[in-house]
Amino acid sequence: MNSKRRTLLKGTLAAGAVGVAASAGLLAPRTVLAAWPKAAFGAKGVDASLTALYGKGSAADSKSIKIKAPDIAENGAVVPVTISSTISNAESISIFVAKNPQPLTSSYALGSGTQAFVGTRIKMGKTSDVVAVVKAGGKLYTAKKEVKVTIGGCGG
Amino acid sequence: MDKPIKVKARNKKGLTTIRALMSHPMKVAKKGKPAHFIQTVTCEHNGKAVLTAEWGAAVSANPYLSFKFKGAKSGDSIKVSWVDNKGKNATVTEKIK
Repeated sequence: MNSKRRTLLKGTLAAGAVGVAASAGLLAPRTVLAAWPKAAFGAKGVDASLTALYGKGSAADSKSIKIKAPDIAENGAVVPVTISSTISNAESISIFVAKNPQPLTSSYALGSGTQAFVGTRIKMGKTSDVVAVVKAGGKLYTAKKEVKVTIGGCGG
Repeated sequence: MDKPIKVKARNKKGLTTIRALMSHPMKVAKKGKPAHFIQTVTCEHNGKAVLTAEWGAAVSANPYLSFKFKGAKSGDSIKVSWVDNKGKNATVTEKIK
């Protein structure tokens, strides 16, 4: 009973967040300082999360995005990942782990002089694709790389 | 664990590389314990946001962030700040070398 209540609560919260995001988008252009996208971080799949974050769930494969990550990560709690891209006028970079319970790990809004380059360390529950999505000129581009994880890191 | 954020900023031929290390537990929600993680990291140069990062709990503990931007020179200051899901925040201003 309690868990059902939780799900309902989550569902309503997520729906509310989407509504707020949509209305804000209609009223004013998305600024660099946007509210934390709760719906995108709570989404259960990469496509659902993309839709919540950017308003569309598909991205074109691109060879101009490079993901630097280890082939095998011994510790899933700390996986160093660097995303770089040669796509010009990149506005935003997001990093997903396809098989994490909530795939979106982080999203970066880039200023005008900022290069399409972001390095961070993420947690991975198990062996999975790391998916990078770059938004440039209103379009989405994506690339992925598989990282094998020997010890999962989502319990931390 | 002395400083909430350690920032290294270096300018080379007009391209500034920022590396920041934050001390934060970045906890995932489990067994009834609430999640505790940094939600937003803002980096500003001369009052202009150069990078805004939005994070979930799937960013590793004591998060590391690095990025590059153009338009700054040595001696400029860069401001890095974070806010977590409990409303705690920290800000550090560092000079670009």
